[in-house]
Amino acid sequence: MKIAVCVSHVPDTASKINIGEDGKTIDQTGITYVVNPYDEFAIEEALKTKEKTGGETVAISLGGVANKETLKKALAMGIDNAVLLKDDSYRDSLSVAKALAEEIKSQGSELIFFGKQSVDFDNSVVGQITAELLGFNCVSVAVSFILDGNKITCEREIEGGKEVVETSLPAVITTQKGLNEPRYASLKGIMAAKKKEIVEKLPVSAPNYVDIISIKKPASKQAGKILGTDSTAVPELVRLLREEAKVI
Amino acid sequence: MTNKILVFIEQRNGQIKKSSLEAAKVAAGLASQLSGNVEAVAIGNEINDLSIVGKYDVTKVTLLKNPDLNNYSPSAYTDLVIKFINDNGIDIIIFANSALGKDLAPRVSAGIEAGLAMDCIALNLTEGKIIASRPIYAGKALLDVSISSPKKVFTLRPNVFNPGQLSDNAAEVLSVNVDSVNMKIKLVDMKKAEGKLDVAEADIIVSGGRGMKGPEHFHYVEELAELLGGATGASRAVVDAGWRSHGEQVGQTGKTVSPNLYIALGISGAIQHLAGMRSSKYIVAINKDKDAPIFQIADYGIVGDIFEIVPKLIEEVKKIKS
Repeated sequence: MKIAVCVSHVPDTASKINIGEDGKTIDQTGITYVVNPYDEFAIEEALKTKEKTGGETVAISLGGVANKETLKKALAMGIDNAVLLKDDSYRDSLSVAKALAEEIKSQGSELIFFGKQSVDFDNSVVGQITAELLGFNCVSVAVSFILDGNKITCEREIEGGKEVVETSLPAVITTQKGLNEPRYASLKGIMAAKKKEIVEKLPVSAPNYVDIISIKKPASKQAGKILGTDSTAVPELVRLLREEAKVI
Repeated sequence: MTNKILVFIEQRNGQIKKSSLEAAKVAAGLASQLSGNVEAVAIGNEINDLSIVGKYDVTKVTLLKNPDLNNYSPSAYTDLVIKFINDNGIDIIIFANSALGKDLAPRVSAGIEAGLAMDCIALNLTEGKIIASRPIYAGKALLDVSISSPKKVFTLRPNVFNPGQLSDNAAEVLSVNVDSVNMKIKLVDMKKAEGKLDVAEADIIVSGGRGMKGPEHFHYVEELAELLGGATGASRAVVDAGWRSHGEQVGQTGKTVSPNLYIALGISGAIQHLAGMRSSKYIVAINKDKDAPIFQIADYGIVGDIFEIVPKLIEEVKKIKS
């Protein structure tokens, strides 16, 4: 079976985000990019699945040349092949999904893993949209995944609990923390990844429907009052919460 | 062209979710500003008091009904919502950004070739265009977008859009039996986190961090949360350490929350944690380190020993609750 994993290249969650001069992008100064944290669970699950069922794994990323770093990490963890859909321009979620769906179709992959969201634009939609475009089943926010022949059983996280969901291949699964423990790339893996070629392709074009008007810093919150240094400050805290904030 | 606006009303076990009523009020407000029409659609079997959407100024609600639809099936719900949109010439669709809304909205948008904006915290009308504001980078920045496709999908962050004054209207409820449902993706079981309120839905959250010094001290966090009718949260450090489950994690790789009150106990406030809770209306921080970043965004802070202060806080809250 062909298994694909779609990965994105995002600012580290420890990054401070400042706004670029055009007011529509972020300032790249001092930002370190990493594999999207949720995509590490997707890579791990693709590898685990291949270890059980055999087959071939491919990582796909859409973006600029810098995304090769993330693809290299996927290769170093053990993914067999990597494809960069090279496009530096802004694309909205539907446009990204159309490009990914086209690539997945051409490869004939039947099982696709995505991280449940990219920690940059935080839409958490590309997996589901790609599945719909392909006519594949899709389970989002999976915290467990069992493949038995054609049948898939997943637990997915919802408010206050988990749903146990059944479906079948072909399918898209979007992965949540808790699904697995992503492996570290071994030295052998890192060396092997260096020799592997990352295939560059141009993604199919697709319109953007979501236009960026501006990116701003959120309204900054003023630091409030320090009420004291021990439990004698507690009655005043409770009074303020009741009378000033009116929240308890 | 008259704008036709649809709001999706979500139910679990026949109970309407509060976040979709917030969405109903926003949809109705948008319809009146755009001189359009608004209606609601719900999917399920028996739903309690569906006419309540009238109080949120949505006067008509259609229930698509079948016993198999009581639980969420992504495949069945997607097909039904898309069909409803196409049959009724809907232009704008609004969902709550709940677990269900997050899963369903993108599927629907793919099926109707619509641009979508998720987790919006404001929808404003400027020169006839809807400008949606949504936090990105987990709230470290705010993105304003407009959607240019003929059909548009928005999801709204729960707890942000306060419905304000409600009207006395009851909505007209139209029940439509659905004969066949697409169960290619099917719920077979539900595992509830034992009697716990989820951080994403709570008005009050009490969170613990590494300053709690070990999982055995989280009973303080739980007790305070329970007394206040809130949920317990946790920082990434304590989730990674295995003290608490990931479902409780607040922050950029956990949940982004906006409760009325967020109490941070022993949380220093790493940038990725602050991103996930900075939009809380009131923030209380109790931490021994006076330089902890959490104090920069806290409304009220106490710098001191958690284990001396929190028992007193529990005692004081008990007094006012009794």
